[in-house]
Amino acid sequence: MSIIDQFEQVEVTTDLLILGGGMSACGAAFEAAHWAKKNNLKVTVVDKAAMDRSGAVAMGLSAINLYLGLKDGENTIEDYVKYVKTDLMGITRDDLVANIARHVDGSVHLFEKWGLPIWKDDEGNYVREGRWQVMINGESYKTIVAEAAKNALSEMAEYGEYYERVFITNPIMDGDRVAGAIGFSVREKKVYIFKAKAVISAMGGAVHVFKPRNVGEGLGRSWYPPFNSGASTYFTMKAGAEMTCQEVRFVPIRFKDGYGPVGAWYLLFKAKSTNAAGEEYMETNKAELEKWGVYGKSKPIPTSLRNHLMLIDERKGKGPFYMQTAEAIKKIAEEEVDEKAAKRKLKHLENEAWEDFLDMTISQALLWASTDVFPEEKASEIAPTEPYFISSHSGASGAWVSGPEDMEGYHWGYPNMTTIKGLFACGDSSGASSHKFSSGSFTEGRIAGKAAVDFILDNNALPNFDDAIIEEMKAEMLKPLALFEEHKDHSTDKDINPNFIKPKMFMFRLQKIMDEYAGGAGSSFMTSQKLLEKGLEFLTYMEEDSTKLAAEDLHELMRVWENIHRMSQAFAHVHSVMFREETRWPGYYLRTDFPNLKEDEWKCYVNCKRDPETGEFEVFKKEMIELVKLEE
Amino acid sequence: MPSFVITDKCDGCKAQDKTACQYICPNDLMLLNKETNKAYNRAPEMCWECYNCVKICPTQAVEVRGYADFMPMGGVVQPLRSSDSIMWSVKFRSGKVKRFKFPIRTIAEGSAKPDADMKTDSEDIKSPMLRTEPESLGTSELQKL
Repeated sequence: MSIIDQFEQVEVTTDLLILGGGMSACGAAFEAAHWAKKNNLKVTVVDKAAMDRSGAVAMGLSAINLYLGLKDGENTIEDYVKYVKTDLMGITRDDLVANIARHVDGSVHLFEKWGLPIWKDDEGNYVREGRWQVMINGESYKTIVAEAAKNALSEMAEYGEYYERVFITNPIMDGDRVAGAIGFSVREKKVYIFKAKAVISAMGGAVHVFKPRNVGEGLGRSWYPPFNSGASTYFTMKAGAEMTCQEVRFVPIRFKDGYGPVGAWYLLFKAKSTNAAGEEYMETNKAELEKWGVYGKSKPIPTSLRNHLMLIDERKGKGPFYMQTAEAIKKIAEEEVDEKAAKRKLKHLENEAWEDFLDMTISQALLWASTDVFPEEKASEIAPTEPYFISSHSGASGAWVSGPEDMEGYHWGYPNMTTIKGLFACGDSSGASSHKFSSGSFTEGRIAGKAAVDFILDNNALPNFDDAIIEEMKAEMLKPLALFEEHKDHSTDKDINPNFIKPKMFMFRLQKIMDEYAGGAGSSFMTSQKLLEKGLEFLTYMEEDSTKLAAEDLHELMRVWENIHRMSQAFAHVHSVMFREETRWPGYYLRTDFPNLKEDEWKCYVNCKRDPETGEFEVFKKEMIELVKLEE
Repeated sequence: MPSFVITDKCDGCKAQDKTACQYICPNDLMLLNKETNKAYNRAPEMCWECYNCVKICPTQAVEVRGYADFMPMGGVVQPLRSSDSIMWSVKFRSGKVKRFKFPIRTIAEGSAKPDADMKTDSEDIKSPMLRTEPESLGTSELQKL
């Protein structure tokens, strides 16, 4: 029996198909359930993992990074748009950020009702970590949100469905309209064909495109999760959608190796970071900020500039770098009136510091335990991670989506719809709406969820399907299994065989190219036209070889497709970095051939499209419509 | 560090169709060895150390040993998760132990009501108002830029 014949084919016809299981997918499910139910429409959610612990919040979080406090007049929507725009060095979609900002508080209030413990002060107000952040006991954050999303689907009875452990590989198209998606179960021999009137891509960002700093057993200890593998980028681009900000990767500075969060240390403890000589690089390299226009003069200083000031010292060999935890704790204790109060305060702070790690980066707690770190006694090392693709934080890569109808900007009918009819994107899947974080991603999912139901009501016919094309897609999807079967007996080692390549080595090849030619951590985040051209040459070989990827089981088949997805993210990134002939986010990447900001020429979006048939990239500038201006 | 399974404690989830760790791992790493009836992590180098297998294991058979390529040996971080809180034991290389307890939820598991008893004001699909708004926002209307 051929490989394809061994698979049962499951066909699911639905109205709205939501791909993903993280925060934005949960938001989409929660919202769409309400509007679909009123209109007797079906909602189907498909997730490669289990929703309780799926997506980037799988481990938990110690804070909600986006809460405006609009009801109490703490901030305005304009304040937030300005903040995001400054942090992204001017490149953000004001309409998208404002749309998320005006709804996000409601999502946070819902989380609280659903059982999420949010810290409160004596007056009952949320405890702020910084201007936009609220502190939570967030070990079960994702479990709680998933529960509400699942309950929302249950309220629809047979109209609400959830498939877990189904990995989506490709979109199914009907001309210029999305018609569904194809995937396979990672647990049993089943192929899934989902037919839908609208599809929401909510499959997260991309990790392991660049070589990580930990390459042995610690390979998986990326800051963003290793299971966010570029599915959103691949899916939307393969459907023919226009993409934006594919050059805007994100490189966070975190505690070294464990990648534990530093936010609480800066915001709550007011700790300083220094080079090995104890110099505060943010002070000693301050003059450099002058070179970065209005952004260098802003407070808070944009993330990429803060990284840049550290990297200046790093390139001079002034590391290691430290978060001065002991000094910060000592200073706080000294502010207390007596010794007893200081002791109490310290105990309290110690708990906060450890919870920060235990809620969201347990490895960092383990690393501190393994190296006998007591933060009140000695400083801890910090370092920039490897680059990630994550538009919900201080990166911006994603699909180019429509803004809301009642705001100026870009609007073509339905909020968060891509340039492809019926295909919506949210969370890390939509671009140029950075700093949405967990709460904003959930909120953007809600916006997309309602808009997609609206689209369905206006376009309430199932698209057309070509069975021959679906058969071809099925064969392509399962080919790695067939290839392995065909050639496995040629050698005595199942991984070493001239007839195929296994996904793990394929991933390492991708990471090496990106690290060495596209400005990864190993190249101190520096690249140039010549390097990128060379990198593209190697990527092209990779793409040719991707037809020779082989898998011996369903788990490995998932790895194959994850790495095909990562590769598409790499292509989009290299093309976009090459196109933008300036350096705008110097702490994310530095173009050595164009090392300066060119505000007149490049204050615009870099968008791209890839022809799904020919693979040709088209990269172009997109003019910026600003609703909010940054002051000079 | 990657998770590992303690042989003597794992009962293979008593021949359920899948083990708890297998059910929850976001990266599809945990597997049941059908011959020994014990679970194992099939690709420790792809483990994020999210601890979800550790937290969910009904027999506390799963622990984490720090990534061997950069963590000195001897540290242990082990949780005990109950229905409303989590207790963490942190054992240092030096042998010192610290313990932390944090709440994890304020209402019983399974009882989250999607609308949280809040009304959706406008039933107009074309309106920018979302489910439960404006009540969930705490304002009388949706603010604009």
